[in-house]
Amino acid sequence: MKLEDFELRGTNLKSSDFKTGKVLTTEWEPDLKYAWDDGVAIGRYLAELGKGRIIARTCYKCNRTMLPPRMFCELCFRPTDEWTFVKDTGVIETFSIAKVNWDASRRGPKEPPLLPAVIVIDGASEGMGIMHMLGEVDPKDLKIGMKVKAVWKKAEERTGAITDILYFKPVAAKKKAKKKAAPKTRGKR
Amino acid sequence: MGMRKVAIVGAGITKFVRRAQETGKELSWQASKMALDSCNLTLDDVDMVTLGTAPDAFDGVHMKGEYLSDGAGGIGKPYMRHFVGGGTGVFSPIHGWFHVASGMADICLVVAEEKMSSCHPHPAGAFLTIFDHTTEQPLLPTLMWIFALEMNRYMETYGITKADIAQVSVKNKLNAMDHPSAQVAEKITVEDVLNSETLCWPVNRLDISPASDGAAAIVLVSERVARRLTDKPVWIDGVGHAIDTAYWATRDLSYPRYVETAARQAYEMAGITEPDKEIHIAEPYDPFDYKELHHMEGLMLCPRGQAAQLTADGVTARDGNMPICPSGGALGVGNPIAATGLMKIIEIFLQLRGEAGKRQVPGNPRCGLAQAWGDLMQMGTVVVMRN
Amino acid sequence: MAITEKITNTTTPTFWEGAIPVRYVYTYGLAGEKFFRTVKDKGTFLATYCEDCDISFVPPKVYCDRCFNELDSYIDVGTIGYVETFTLSFRNMDGSEKEVPELLAMVRIGDTDGGLIHYLKGFEIDEIGIGMPVKAVFKPKAQRKGSIEDIIGFGPLK
Repeated sequence: MKLEDFELRGTNLKSSDFKTGKVLTTEWEPDLKYAWDDGVAIGRYLAELGKGRIIARTCYKCNRTMLPPRMFCELCFRPTDEWTFVKDTGVIETFSIAKVNWDASRRGPKEPPLLPAVIVIDGASEGMGIMHMLGEVDPKDLKIGMKVKAVWKKAEERTGAITDILYFKPVAAKKKAKKKAAPKTRGKR
Repeated sequence: MGMRKVAIVGAGITKFVRRAQETGKELSWQASKMALDSCNLTLDDVDMVTLGTAPDAFDGVHMKGEYLSDGAGGIGKPYMRHFVGGGTGVFSPIHGWFHVASGMADICLVVAEEKMSSCHPHPAGAFLTIFDHTTEQPLLPTLMWIFALEMNRYMETYGITKADIAQVSVKNKLNAMDHPSAQVAEKITVEDVLNSETLCWPVNRLDISPASDGAAAIVLVSERVARRLTDKPVWIDGVGHAIDTAYWATRDLSYPRYVETAARQAYEMAGITEPDKEIHIAEPYDPFDYKELHHMEGLMLCPRGQAAQLTADGVTARDGNMPICPSGGALGVGNPIAATGLMKIIEIFLQLRGEAGKRQVPGNPRCGLAQAWGDLMQMGTVVVMRN
Repeated sequence: MAITEKITNTTTPTFWEGAIPVRYVYTYGLAGEKFFRTVKDKGTFLATYCEDCDISFVPPKVYCDRCFNELDSYIDVGTIGYVETFTLSFRNMDGSEKEVPELLAMVRIGDTDGGLIHYLKGFEIDEIGIGMPVKAVFKPKAQRKGSIEDIIGFGPLK
């Protein structure tokens, strides 16, 4: 068989076909709302964020200090053992300069780009990153490996949410010698 | 392993389009009917049906599997839906393989469908809730972020540039010009990619596959049936699938370990010890151009960090030593998620039969591979085929 | 080994609220487009028929789901149907109580194998029996948009 021997189906419509009523359509906007239980580990994580602290959870078997905290270790498949406070500083594992919003709509010309990043938090095990935003930085200056520190909401404005950290900002690091590091992979975990 | 041999004997596909007038059921039927016609079977001959389709939130039909069942030929038969996000389309033949290899079915129709255009304002919005509802959603992430984050990390780790990666988009969109289903085939240059709108740096618009509607289907049969139906069966010689942690920010974003795990299973089953030599042609999943490179490395088709150089050297072109995505891939043919994976399986099927027309790679390939990847960037699915 | 953390404060369970903020625009498909166009323009129902399986579909399908034949000729099957089964609904979709209970029926159209689920209008519940004939009541033509809501419901034959 060859695809070319068949008359392939599938009728492409133009967006104008919808506006002009060339095709009939029906619309639905789901009106569903959810209340997700925080659970034990994330409940404590959020409560500590409300106090301006980041808490992780440690598994004694694999010795990982995990962020976000979890009550079971998914590698050892056993309960985790200990609450561990970690720092509110870390290193940029990777970042992006986003000009689109969550629904793929474009940010306006006057809106600054969003700066999502994966940040490996100091005190957690190697590679234990969380997703958060960067701020107080010119996007042009961003580099993987930069040291950053959390900028918190004022204590009275915190609600026990991941957004109690407004963003992470670069901390003035010691001037490093400018040399291009040889590419290297991160070790196996 | 006590498993029966399983062959692909027929295939069907629709055009991939941005907005299809057809319902998902109608698209499914168009592809399924073509697949059965292509090997002179009727629905009556089919023992079991498996259907692959990604999140219900795309089509806006809750319990999409049940909804699509009549268009997929499932009425009155054992019928099962599978779903592993973007990995679904290559999981589809694996699911069908279970049925036939186990002896439960002699003839299994495998269907994959996606109708993303129903979702407004953009299918990307449906992805908001795949992020953790408490620790990530409040930051209003879009799916593109994690691709951008992964691509940046990949570039940094191996010292690869945006221009190196853009070559993949150029190659695949060009290959797609010969694919009759193609949605976004075009002749472009690396500069076109680099100059296209920056969406989430380092990702530009032409680094990304489009949202699409479409369906694809294949027919899987046991060896006995295959010998009766065709003198050109294509055998599924190895299957593998693996998932990594959903804590995606804790993974090594520069290397898809879950793809390697899946590939190792499939290679072991197929008796492959040197994938870069024994696999002649591959269709890794390419929803973003860097993902093709990422996946070639995860599939161990080349050493880590080397895939961009192979692309630059023309090794992965259709007339190169190891053609990668000769179909045009998701970047060129389009990306109706589940149907894309099955489109890749169909491409390898046709290439191994020497029936890929203008897309045919030279040198009579004997062993090919298709791979997809999905969920929260954590699922690898791999199928190895031989003629 | 059991759960290591004991929850002692059960009066203030914490949760996080959210929604999936998308909406959908559905096309009716090849057969659906013909069906609802005809409802809108002509106020009647179309069916497709598979000769091999002797089965007819309302709303129509472009394929027979038994044998996968392509069905591309459309038959006007009129607007009279028969009550296949019915119910009296006291609740709205969200579980709240309806001000006036509504009669719903599955109506088989003409002598086809297919049918529609819709309201029964102009009946008391004790007037209704399974198998009784009913007739579709349409909105005035100018108000029809090509949707299931163009049909007000099924009412008495006269």
